[in-house]
Amino acid sequence: MRALKRLGAASLALVLALGLAACGEKVTVYEPGKYKGSAVVQPWDSPQFKGDKAAWERALEVRAGDQNEYLRVPAR
Amino acid sequence: MARMKFLCDANRCIECNGCVTACKNANETPWGIQRRRVITLNDGVPGERSVSVACMHCSDAPCKAVCPVDCFVTADNGVVLHDKDLCIGCGYCLYACPFGAPQFPQAGAFGVRGKMDKCTFCQGGPGKGSEEEQFAKYGQNRIAQGKLPLCAEMCSTKALLAGDGDVISNIYRERVTIRGKSPELWGWGTAYGPVKAPAGAKPAAKQEGKS
Repeated sequence: MRALKRLGAASLALVLALGLAACGEKVTVYEPGKYKGSAVVQPWDSPQFKGDKAAWERALEVRAGDQNEYLRVPAR
Repeated sequence: MARMKFLCDANRCIECNGCVTACKNANETPWGIQRRRVITLNDGVPGERSVSVACMHCSDAPCKAVCPVDCFVTADNGVVLHDKDLCIGCGYCLYACPFGAPQFPQAGAFGVRGKMDKCTFCQGGPGKGSEEEQFAKYGQNRIAQGKLPLCAEMCSTKALLAGDGDVISNIYRERVTIRGKSPELWGWGTAYGPVKAPAGAKPAAKQEGKS
């Protein structure tokens, strides 16, 4: 009889433990994603420009301007 | 700081696929990966329009928003890059992208997807590594050499423009102002404006019977 009572108490404790296990779970709140990869190497830090951002910007501006054929080819 | 953008003049694109070929050749992308492609609307119908599409390097990139491993980053010049060492090839970015820019190599049998690949605006990728390693992962880094993406620089009709958004917008604006509105649906006049005779030249005599 006593053994039966012990078994009953043990199973009740187990059910309670399992039932309340979820209460300890942390609530996951969405956080905006943060980049986790390697850092971006700035294009002006290349061997050609050696960190001279202004020179890099000028080079790209000239290059972009060359796409305008009205400037590249003189008007007749 | 410049914000890099692509702009495709649909009146000038002649669907030659030179941009696609230039990109593929320059970056040596594997079989099945096309970072850039030409889309034609109303193909074969008079007035058809073609537009060259790749990653548009969105200011608020949806691929970046949905990536579960947060492998996307927007560089200071507005180019959207992704870290292939972090990418798990899940394909969420492809669902999110309105342009279908993310590409996935067929890395193995049974439809296994490899890591995502997309246009990098010829800026390579994030992280430091040997030049060979970076090239194998991301392709050329022309921006660091003060050059623009090869697709735009190779474009024979200059339909595809690349560079600082303000600069290329000005080029396009000037172009549209000069060529004006043409009654033609397509053709030289629509793309380049009316042909002007050289100053001092006599008008050419009409030659009948010749086309």
